[in-house]
Amino acid sequence: MSAGSGSLPRYIGQRVLLVIPMILVLLTVVFLLLRVAPGNPVTASVGGKLSPQAIALREHKLGLDQPLYVQYGEYLKNVVTFNFGNTISDNRPVIDVIRDNGGATLTLTIGAFIFALLIGIPLGLLAGRMRDTFPDVLIRLFGVVTYAAPIFWTGLMLVILVAPWGWPTYDIASPETKFLVPTHTHILLVDAIISGNMGATLDVLQHHLLPCLTLGLLLCGVFIRLVRVNLLQSLQGDYVEAARARGIPEKFVIRRHAFRNALVPVITVIGLQVALTMAGAVLTEKTFNWPGIGNQLVKYLDARDYNAVQGLVTFFAVVVVIASVLVDIVNALIDPRVRY
Amino acid sequence: MLKRLLAPIRNTSGLARWILVAGILITAVFVIFAIFAPWIAPYGFKQVSANGVPFPKMAPPSGQHWLGTNDQFFDILSRIIWGARTEITVVALSVILAVLVGVPVGLASGFVGGWIDRVLVFLMDALYAFPSLLLAIVFAFLLQGPLGGGIVAAALALTAIYIPQYYRVVRSTTVSAREATYVEAARAIGARNGTIMGRYLFGNVIQSVPVIATLNAADAISILASLGFLGLGIQPTQAAEWGYDLSRALDDAAAGIWWTALFPGLAIVLLVTGLTLVGEGLNETVNPTLRKRRFRKVVMPTREPSTALATGEVEV
Repeated sequence: MSAGSGSLPRYIGQRVLLVIPMILVLLTVVFLLLRVAPGNPVTASVGGKLSPQAIALREHKLGLDQPLYVQYGEYLKNVVTFNFGNTISDNRPVIDVIRDNGGATLTLTIGAFIFALLIGIPLGLLAGRMRDTFPDVLIRLFGVVTYAAPIFWTGLMLVILVAPWGWPTYDIASPETKFLVPTHTHILLVDAIISGNMGATLDVLQHHLLPCLTLGLLLCGVFIRLVRVNLLQSLQGDYVEAARARGIPEKFVIRRHAFRNALVPVITVIGLQVALTMAGAVLTEKTFNWPGIGNQLVKYLDARDYNAVQGLVTFFAVVVVIASVLVDIVNALIDPRVRY
Repeated sequence: MLKRLLAPIRNTSGLARWILVAGILITAVFVIFAIFAPWIAPYGFKQVSANGVPFPKMAPPSGQHWLGTNDQFFDILSRIIWGARTEITVVALSVILAVLVGVPVGLASGFVGGWIDRVLVFLMDALYAFPSLLLAIVFAFLLQGPLGGGIVAAALALTAIYIPQYYRVVRSTTVSAREATYVEAARAIGARNGTIMGRYLFGNVIQSVPVIATLNAADAISILASLGFLGLGIQPTQAAEWGYDLSRALDDAAAGIWWTALFPGLAIVLLVTGLTLVGEGLNETVNPTLRKRRFRKVVMPTREPSTALATGEVEV
C-alpha cells in the first residue's frame, strides 16, 4: 500500500479519536463549573416556591444528593446517550428542548453563512485586487465595522429600517403559519416546503431574511479579511509570477490563478466560525425573539436553571467540537499538504 | 519614555499610520469620557429628574436631552458617557488580570515542559475552542450568585475567557526560544531557571502581548455588552452599561423609536473599532511580515568602494 492512499483514513481516524479527550475536557469543565460552584441548583431555580420536602425530592430525582464523582459519571454516561438531563424549572428533557428549537437555530445559521459568503467573498476579492486604494479602505472599514458592531445592535438597526414597511421583524413565522404547517422534521422551513403551502413557505422565508442577514453581517467581516489577505498572498506566489511572465493578461492571472487559491482557506474558516456563529445565534435569537436553542438558553439563564444551562451548553460544546473535526476532514480531503 | 511610546507611530507610514492614529484618537475620546464622566455628563446615570422637573419618558433628542431619553426616563447621552467608564474599567481590569495570569503561566509551562505543560495545553486548548461568549455566559451566570452583578463579576468572567490566548501565544514563543543560543549561553554562565525566564525569555516572548491585549480589549467590550444585553452583565442600578440599554431598546425598535437603540450601539461600535484599529496598527509595526517602513535616503559614501557595498543599503 502506498503512503498516499493509506494516510488519509489514518489521518481521519486520528482526528476522530482526538475528539474524545477534547470533548471529555469540555464536559468536565462544564460539569465542574456548574456543579461544583456554590449554590444549590434546585433552590436557585424554584427555591421559595416549593416546600423543603418537595425540594429534597427534586434533588433526589436529579441525583444531587449523590457524591460528586457519582454525579460526574452519571453525567458522562448520559451525554454519551444524548441524554442531557431534565430542566429544573419546567421539568422537560433538555433533548426535547433541543429537538423542538434546534431546527430554527439550524436554518438561521445556514442562512447566515449564505449571506456571509455572498457578501464577504466578492468584497474580499475586490479589496485584494484594489489594495491600498479607496475602495479597499472602504471595504476593510466595512468589515471592521460589521465585526465591531454588536450583533443585536445591527439587528435593531435593521428592524428600525424595515419596520415602517411592515416587514416581519419578530419570530420565525406568523402565528397562522405555525398553526397551519404540520410538524414532521421540527425544522419549520422544511415542514412548510413539505406541506406544499406556498404562502407559508414564503412567510417563513420572509421571517428568515432579517435574522440571517444580521448574523451574516457579523460573519462576513471575517471572510472579507481572509479572502483579501489570501488574495494578496497568492498574488505574490511564484505561479502567479510565472503566469504573468507567460504574458497572460492580468485579469486572467487574477481570475484563474490567484482567486482559486485564495478561496481554499475559506472552507477552513467556515468551520472555525461555527463557534462564533453559535454565540452570535444566541444574541440574534434574543434580538428577533427567534424560537431557537439560544433563546431557550437565555430563558433558562433567567430562570437560573442550572440543569438546563448545563445541558444546552454541553450541546453547544459538542456541536462546536464535531464541526471542527468535520472541517479538518474536509481540509484533508481537498488539501494533501494537511495530512502529510 | 515619550519617544518610546511614540515609536510605533514613527515607524509606520501611509495607511498603517493613519489606522494607528485614528484608533488612538477614538479610544482617547472614550478614555476621557471614562475619567471625567461626572464633569462631562449632563446628568447622573440613574438620574430621572433635574431641578425637581422629572425627565420625559422616551423623549426624542432635544436641546434639553441631546440624545433623548429612554423608557426608564434616563438621559441617553449621560448613560453613554457614564457607560464609557463602566466598559473601560471592566475591560482594563479583565485584560490586566488575564495578562497577569496567562503570561507567567505560559512562560513557565513552555519553559519547564513535562506533564504539567501537556495538561495545561490540553485544558487551555479546550477552553480556547469553546465559543468565548458561551464561556463568558457560563462564568457570568455562576459569578452573578456569589458576587452579584457588579463590575468585578463581569471582569472576572471576561478574564477567564482571555487567559488561554495569552497562555498559548507566550507558551509557543517560549518553546521556540528555549533552545536559542542566548538561553544556552545564559545557562552556561550558571543562570538559574527563574533568572532565565525573568531576564532573558520574558522580554522576548512579551513582544506580541500588546497587540493581543488591544484586540482582546476590543473583543471584551462587545462581550461585556452582549452579557449586558442578555441580562447577565452589570446590574442597571450599579452602573450604566450600553448592552443593558440596548436590551431595553428592543421593544421600542419596532415601534419606530430609534434613538434609544442607535446611540448606545454607536458608542460600542466606535470604541470597538477604535481599539481594533490600534491593535491592527500596532500589529503592522510589530509584525515584520506586514511592516512597510518608510524609505530612508540612501547615503552613498564617496570613496572606498569596498565599504560602500556594505553600508549603502536601502532599508525596506
